[in-house]
Amino acid sequence: MAQTVNMPKLGFDMAEGTLVRWVAKEGDQVSKGVVLAEIETDKATVEVESTYDGVLLRQLVPQGTIVPVNDPIAVIGEAGEEIKIGAADQVKEQSPVGIGLKEENIPVILPEPGQALELPAAPISQEKPHASPLARSMAADLGIDLRLVHGTGPGGRITKKDIVSFQPMQPVSRLGKTPSTPAKPSFAAPRTFIHETRTVPLPKLRAAIGRRMTEAKQQAPHFYVTHDYDIGALVDRRKEVNSLLAEEDKLSVNDFIVRAVALTLLDYPNLNASLDIQKSSVIFHGGINVGVAVAVENGLLTIVSRDTDQKPIFQISAELKGMVKRAREGKVRSEDIEGSTFTVSNLGMFDVDQFVAIINPPEAAILAIGSARQVPVVVNNQIQIGTRMKATLSVDHRISDGAEGARFLQSLAKYIEEPLRLLLSV
Amino acid sequence: MARITMREAISKALWEEMERDPSVFILGEEVGVWGGSYAVTKGFFDHFGPERVKDTPIAESAIIGAAIGAALTGLRPVAELMTINFAFSAFDHIVNQAAKLHHMFAGQMKVPMVIRTVSGGGRQLGATHSQTPDAIFAHFPGLKVVAPGTPEDAKGLLKSAIRIDDPVLFIESATLYQVRGEVPEDEQLIPIGKSKIQRPGKDVTVVTYSKMLETSIKAADLLAKEGIEVEIVDLRTLRPLDMEPVIDSFKKTNRAVIVEEGWKSYGVGAEIASRIYEEAFDFIDAPIQRVAQKEVPLPYNQALEQLALPQVEDVIRAIREVL
Repeated sequence: MAQTVNMPKLGFDMAEGTLVRWVAKEGDQVSKGVVLAEIETDKATVEVESTYDGVLLRQLVPQGTIVPVNDPIAVIGEAGEEIKIGAADQVKEQSPVGIGLKEENIPVILPEPGQALELPAAPISQEKPHASPLARSMAADLGIDLRLVHGTGPGGRITKKDIVSFQPMQPVSRLGKTPSTPAKPSFAAPRTFIHETRTVPLPKLRAAIGRRMTEAKQQAPHFYVTHDYDIGALVDRRKEVNSLLAEEDKLSVNDFIVRAVALTLLDYPNLNASLDIQKSSVIFHGGINVGVAVAVENGLLTIVSRDTDQKPIFQISAELKGMVKRAREGKVRSEDIEGSTFTVSNLGMFDVDQFVAIINPPEAAILAIGSARQVPVVVNNQIQIGTRMKATLSVDHRISDGAEGARFLQSLAKYIEEPLRLLLSV
Repeated sequence: MARITMREAISKALWEEMERDPSVFILGEEVGVWGGSYAVTKGFFDHFGPERVKDTPIAESAIIGAAIGAALTGLRPVAELMTINFAFSAFDHIVNQAAKLHHMFAGQMKVPMVIRTVSGGGRQLGATHSQTPDAIFAHFPGLKVVAPGTPEDAKGLLKSAIRIDDPVLFIESATLYQVRGEVPEDEQLIPIGKSKIQRPGKDVTVVTYSKMLETSIKAADLLAKEGIEVEIVDLRTLRPLDMEPVIDSFKKTNRAVIVEEGWKSYGVGAEIASRIYEEAFDFIDAPIQRVAQKEVPLPYNQALEQLALPQVEDVIRAIREVL
């Protein structure tokens, strides 16, 4: 199926551009990212890259032509694809490699000389999209450009349904700033960086995270305590247990940690508490609900394992998996993300030694987990290879002190380093 | 739980409150010897006597004026106005005196009174006796306006209305008196100013109250056969208005239809729709629809009267419009 490449919009005020030079010839094999042509605007000369893999079937405009933004300039398809041209006279009937255009495949009308092209539906419309408020806010949260979404509601209105079913298309074209000759074809995957300074409204989630984290850092005096855990046994036990479990039931290191934290908190109510500044009181939460920070598009959410101390690790794991899935799919429920009393943030999968986390208000503390790694350790005056994992506790100094934080981390070791306790107890 | 009629539920609430509290008394046209024009107070006169069940002249401003005076001196009058249309004759007393006395005199006085009255059309009573001017009364701060749609709510809300120290306009619907519903035998007080989800659903939020609750439930039953799940929020109280269940529901469904028996212009639907725009703009996925009475003085002719009043089909049509 042949695809058209359009004149890109290279700035918000660009209305047209001059195609100064064709870099790819008709019949050339092109892939995504290959430079097809050079375009000159009133500001610069830039390259237009292919967004499709295939053969450049047709250059639709000769060099030197001024083309309005979004008008087609080239057709890319499969080698040998049949092409039939409607108004054939102005352009060669046959391309050098002897391929023709199939009319139904090419949604373009070829121009009379000097006449603007009659437009096919451009992939990106410059008009303000007609969308419901909900669709607008969802699109902002998900980072979707509404101009790319096809509205199916009354009068073409974009509604929630259209956002939910939206599949992002390839960007129309990639733009480089280099007015380069000769253009070096790049076979790299299309980059996502846009060489254009833009101002984009903060997605809602991003703004909310900003507010809460600012509140936490400005109001809660944080202190930090780090502990190095021997998790060799945990890694081994996990491997053993997982060999007995179905793929979807397998436990993560984090599941062990979440359970360990919950059991440890039973002895540290101060760290499972919140401050009520107005009443100058501490609220000791009656339940232990361990929050787990999850990276999602445009930010992070804290999903909440409820009454974690009272649940077996398999249940904790299954519930967290369900919530992570919903969070990543943007289908999170309010009960998934509300009511945590202590949070675990784990960057272990990103190969970090350790990090410190900002407390998730109104909680009293947060535990930041680094990667498990093999390191040289000293055992009985001998250097051996051990498996270690660092965890850093951030605590609100208004509620607790360094000694308690340190004791908490020590107590946590009882579970993390003797992980059978986590599998046994309910 | 017993299935009793709306009439019985209201009657029981009055009876129980009068037994409980000797300062509660009833006054109104034909409430005594005759037993009430809708037979709500049948038997009260014989049981409680003429001191506590007072027949009045046909003079609404006198009824409400007397009730206000009694309330100011410490009694708890329940005044009955035969229909809400006659409340216009007592309008000054209701909105200028009852609603304001407590607030104008630094709270020195309380006006613990209930005005029971009947709203709505559909009984061929003509344009002047068939109106639903509920929104007009809900416009005034200082007055509480309650309009239940089920026997259970009617009983629980009326008991609360009698017990609170503010003036309450308690609006009943003439065409709901025969409707039966489950009402708990034991005493239940339902707080004034709380909306309620009367039917859970996920596809569209219908906001309604009083008689139109029944109409909306019928529409929802029919749509359920097509797999459309309608969530119905019953306002129950027009002032103070509890928007929380409405907004929560709307955030879930993103679509709303407001159904009221009164006229659309400047009505309850206008208020609810505005609140949704104000409080949940980013959750709107379709323009909010209002179902209301046609903008005419209600015709006497039966066919025309029914055409002018909101019907089940109108609700279904509006729901389809927003889906």
